[in-house]
Amino acid sequence: MKVYADNAATTKISQTALDAMMPCFKEFYGNPSSLHSVGQDAFHAVRDARVQIANILNCSPDEIYFTSGGSESDNWAIKSTAELMAKKGKKHIISTKFEHHAVLHTLKYLERRGFEVTLLDVYENGIIRLDDLKNAIREDTALVTVMFANNEIGSVQPIREIGAICRERGVLFHTDAVQAVGHLPIDVEKDNIDMLSMSGHKFHGPKGVGALYCKKSIRLPNLIEGGAQERNRRAGTENVPAIVGMAAALKEANDNLEVNMKKLSEIRDHVIEGLLKIPYSRVNGDREQRLPGNVSMCFEGVEGESLLLYLDIVGIQASSGSACTSGSLDPSHVLLAIGLPHEVAHGSLRLSFCEENTIEEADYIIEQVPPIIERLRNMSPLWERLQKERGNA
Amino acid sequence: MEYSEKVMEHFVHPHNVGKIDDADGVGEVGNAKCGDIMKMYLKIKDGIITDVKFNTYGCASAIATSSMATDLIMGQPVSEALKLTNKAVVEALDGLPAVKIHCSVLAEQAIKAAVRDYYDRNGIVYDEAQFHFNEAHEHGVEE
Repeated sequence: MKVYADNAATTKISQTALDAMMPCFKEFYGNPSSLHSVGQDAFHAVRDARVQIANILNCSPDEIYFTSGGSESDNWAIKSTAELMAKKGKKHIISTKFEHHAVLHTLKYLERRGFEVTLLDVYENGIIRLDDLKNAIREDTALVTVMFANNEIGSVQPIREIGAICRERGVLFHTDAVQAVGHLPIDVEKDNIDMLSMSGHKFHGPKGVGALYCKKSIRLPNLIEGGAQERNRRAGTENVPAIVGMAAALKEANDNLEVNMKKLSEIRDHVIEGLLKIPYSRVNGDREQRLPGNVSMCFEGVEGESLLLYLDIVGIQASSGSACTSGSLDPSHVLLAIGLPHEVAHGSLRLSFCEENTIEEADYIIEQVPPIIERLRNMSPLWERLQKERGNA
Repeated sequence: MEYSEKVMEHFVHPHNVGKIDDADGVGEVGNAKCGDIMKMYLKIKDGIITDVKFNTYGCASAIATSSMATDLIMGQPVSEALKLTNKAVVEALDGLPAVKIHCSVLAEQAIKAAVRDYYDRNGIVYDEAQFHFNEAHEHGVEE
């Protein structure tokens, strides 16, 4: 059996998205800036995509800027706001300890340029406490940036409440919603969001395309100088097929949102229940406030990379936050942020599902994981030591 | 990052996995915090390694380098085993990604630690310099 369970890394493009993209390559291949009919067809395709996405997020089409993806959107939103607010003497930014590197590294960049950054604790369940946020906001706070849902452990933040606090205190609020868009209901108006980053390939759209929602009242500085694309803010001929594909994928995801959420939660909970039967295993992240398709677990005494490569051999594609998969010394900063000791964090496994996954596939995972864990534990001096310490050996 | 076929072969079907209850020398290096621990067991007769087994907690390259290193010293005189370098292990595996070189260093150190244990148990005098390595092993150590 083949089970692709790494949808948080990327998804397979949907047939709907692909079908929407094909005419952009072969029929509407003109430059949207050209005035002739072939160009105008492309112009309309991009305009329609923008309207479609704006409708889903509940904003104006003028508030959607197409980008190359989540990282670009995060960089643009955070650096721009920092630049804008620094002029008003505000050089303090609040975020969390377990943001995506696109956010954390951007904050590091700003720190080197004189900004002060407060990273909120995310506690054991991977969710910030609103009181911590309230206490962290200062007179000179320029921006609060908190991810909607965590890419590794799937915990979902109280975005609406965070946004409300920011509104009340007059602080701009950005959210990296790369893992949430197309997977959770989002309404930028009701959720009090000023800026939001999204990425097409996380919901069965194409790779290399994303968008930044930025509230009209914020004067977003230009990212790329040149032509008049993206209302003069990001020059360069639009990636028409990708933009159209992303919009089609998002529409499909949004149309099926409730059904998908229900189905994925069932698969998720089934897998978690099944794998928790493995001794000395644990679930990472909140069990309730959680992405419908995210399973994140740790198994003591085993190392994540070995686990995921053995899983690949039996046809299951997953991911891990172990040091060895990150190519660095430390295991994932996300797992360390929720308080896991290094040696436990090294044994992490993330399975992320999409609506194409089935309960049969979940059963296959539940059947395949335990013998692999057992095999790795049998050759693990760490496991041997843990067993001795517990008096089990 | 990509593993060679040789690495995958030794990872999927590692040689000499296990423990030797009446080992003549046992060496353990690495630590849980860094995500890799290697433990080598040696059976030695008349200065020859007659059996070797390993237990490893770590990534695919940690398992593959353990497997390859045990193959390389099986049946060898102890003096030869001491000469095994991490570079030789890497070469025998048709290379390792740069970030994984430390696994091969660990394999070399595990063998040395096991031999030293054998020397200590048998009152064999040796030159400390032969076993000069940082037990807290450095990651990112290049060949």
